[in-house]
Amino acid sequence: MERIWRIITESFPLLLEFGIKFTIPITIASFAVAFLLSVFVALAQYAKTPVLRQLCRVYIWVIRGTPLLVQLFLVYYGLPKLGIITEKYSTAILVLGINEGAYMAESLRGALEAVPRGQLEAGLCVSMTYPKIMWHVVLPQAFRTVFPAFSNSFIAMLKETSLIKSITIIEMFRQAEIIAAREYEPLVLYTEVALIYLAFCSVLTLLQRRLEKRLDHYGGGVK
Amino acid sequence: MMLEVSGVTKTFGENTVLRGIDLFVEKGDVVAILGPSGSGKTTFLRCLNFLERADSGRLVFDGEVFDLRTAGKKEIARVRRKTAFVFQNYNLFLNKTVLQNVTLGLTASGRMPRAEAKDAALAALERVGMADRLSAYPSELSGGQQQRVAIARGLASGPEIIYFDEPTSALDPELIGEVLDVMRALARDGMTMLVVTHEMEFARGVSNRVLFMENGAAVESAPTDAFFREPKTERSREFIRSILHKDGE
Ligand SMILES: Nc1ncnc2c1ncn2[C@@H]1O[C@H](COP(=O)(O)OP(=O)(O)OP(=O)(O)O)[C@@H](O)[C@H]1O
Ligand SMILES: [Mg+2]
Repeated sequence: MERIWRIITESFPLLLEFGIKFTIPITIASFAVAFLLSVFVALAQYAKTPVLRQLCRVYIWVIRGTPLLVQLFLVYYGLPKLGIITEKYSTAILVLGINEGAYMAESLRGALEAVPRGQLEAGLCVSMTYPKIMWHVVLPQAFRTVFPAFSNSFIAMLKETSLIKSITIIEMFRQAEIIAAREYEPLVLYTEVALIYLAFCSVLTLLQRRLEKRLDHYGGGVK
Repeated sequence: MMLEVSGVTKTFGENTVLRGIDLFVEKGDVVAILGPSGSGKTTFLRCLNFLERADSGRLVFDGEVFDLRTAGKKEIARVRRKTAFVFQNYNLFLNKTVLQNVTLGLTASGRMPRAEAKDAALAALERVGMADRLSAYPSELSGGQQQRVAIARGLASGPEIIYFDEPTSALDPELIGEVLDVMRALARDGMTMLVVTHEMEFARGVSNRVLFMENGAAVESAPTDAFFREPKTERSREFIRSILHKDGE
């Protein structure tokens, strides 16, 4: 029992540190990639931009039709065969971002379509340009609608970072694996790491609720 | 002549909706556009503001000639700066307050600095009786109030003409009056207006000319009095009879 307690008190701070140093920053960075990509892809489809729109459909089709793990392997181990040098951290961030970006783009596209088109026409009639209408009127409403979906994506990405150990990144989960193997205590170590993921996600969920309430100010969104 | 429209045609797929509409509007005119459902009234108004591209048609606005089919971005912008459009379902910006709804078009289009836009917005909201609800969001307003804000949004930039597309059709009966009152006041102040409406009281009492459309054609264009007293075509006579009949029920 004493040994177990020692393992916990030694490993827990270390795991937490890896969570804060790797899991969280990598999640934030890949979410940023996913966010920008999703806005671009959703707008390109909303505006019905001819060629771009087709490209976006292909992107979403490919990404949603293949597993994240396969995408990671393909880029990290596959691309170097074509002479493309890959670096593990940027690969992880880009692949995670490009992956979730496809799902987020679909959510955002739906949210954009849900904003009554009449507002766009009203904007044109008061001499606003299309980009200004999108910026001031349509996007803010779409973001309000899509906020829960984007929050879910953020939480999903946090958990998906556990997959990037497969491209030799030592993040929180990989660190737990190493200690578990050394101490022969998989139950203890994996419970610890599960609890840390749970704690991170709980904080995010609370944050989401808070923000959602604050966003509610214009009378429950689109009526 | 302030506005001169001629030969507007429009086809959606196989469906010919406008078959060459002409219209002349003098400054201060209130023209009621009447006609049965599906006759192309909305499409006609939308073409005048380039919300819909006509297949052909000519617009002379303040002496400047525009081709409704081929007008470029700059020309469209020029027309829209002189006009306002009031929609059947208001189309207020749902994420903006009453005041912001009116100022946004003025500031975001670069037409006025913020302070000036606010003054113009307040004056316009005053005219429609909504100056006491500046910080309300559209979802907190009744339909009649929303439509009055929408009118203020159009008024604020000082348009030369306002297009109304059935401004009271989406309203509960008890809210129609407040919107019509605002429009009556505008007409009294000399605002030039083009009003698609099913409100015969309003058309008779406020408009000075009527354009009667049916099946995409301008069947009759006449002074309001003459149109209601002695309609020249069989179709107009039937239409007026059916309306009076409906009102009598
Ligand atoms: N965007 C569109 N695409 C295809 N058809 C359209 C479109 N807009 C209008 N139409 C068709 O054009 C015809 C005329 O429609 P419009 O809305 O102009 O009539 P309206 O006179 O305004 O009728 P209402 O009194 O019901 O408003 C209708 O048959 C309608 O189905
Ligand atoms: Mg109509």
